[in-house]
Amino acid sequence: MSERVPVLRIGDVLLVSIQTDLDDQAVLNLQEDLAAEVVDTGARGVVIDITAVDIVDSFVGRMLATIASISRMLDAETVVVGMRPAVAITLVELGLSLGGVRTALTLEKGLRLLERSRAATERGPGGWSDPATR
Amino acid sequence: MTGADWSESLPITANDDVVRARQAVRALAQECRLSLVDQTKLVTAASELARNTLVHGGGGTMRAALVESGVRRGVRVAFEDSGPGIPDLDLALTDGWTSGSGLGLGLSGSRRLVDEFTIDTRPGHGTTVTIVKWAR
Repeated sequence: MSERVPVLRIGDVLLVSIQTDLDDQAVLNLQEDLAAEVVDTGARGVVIDITAVDIVDSFVGRMLATIASISRMLDAETVVVGMRPAVAITLVELGLSLGGVRTALTLEKGLRLLERSRAATERGPGGWSDPATR
Repeated sequence: MTGADWSESLPITANDDVVRARQAVRALAQECRLSLVDQTKLVTAASELARNTLVHGGGGTMRAALVESGVRRGVRVAFEDSGPGIPDLDLALTDGWTSGSGLGLGLSGSRRLVDEFTIDTRPGHGTTVTIVKWAR
């Protein structure tokens, strides 16, 4: 039986912190659990904390990219936080640059990134000075 | 290198064996005093190859050991399966080419992460991939 990673909710952000070496099935479970939680809670942001993760191989890398795409389709934004330098070096050499995944160095910066991008979306493309909305 | 030289031997027949394979290789990499980046590269390569053994080889065995060559020390890991083998090795080593649903980075990507990489494959008989990472 593969373990399930807890998904925590803080306001309208879902937080997942990967603390153990997950097998592939647990990685797939997490992907499904997160998609369901985004819809159930109406969350606008997902933060995946990989501070404790010492390797990201192509399977986990693909999961991060897939979660970002799925949540974007469900109107939520994903940020991966806490990637170790050795993990970043290895991922790039492996051939995975995670182009579509937003990252931040720390959890705090990740949450701020989500806030800022939310604020930008709510202002709309014309920003504050859009005459149509004034 | 004969079979007796391997200090570790692990079956790879289920998802959690891939996790155990990573842990065993990490322990050897630390014992060998590989740098943190080299440990990460070796364990990542081992993870890709263990998954290949499970998914494409239908399961098999991982063997690992510390090796020495002159003053150099390193970690050697071999993944052996008796699956269908790889009919076109050049194609299988191409970035992005995949026989399954993966990203096609397992073989080509793990080759970039290690210092030595050899594949012995015979269609219908199986595949053995052996990698070495040397301490710098």
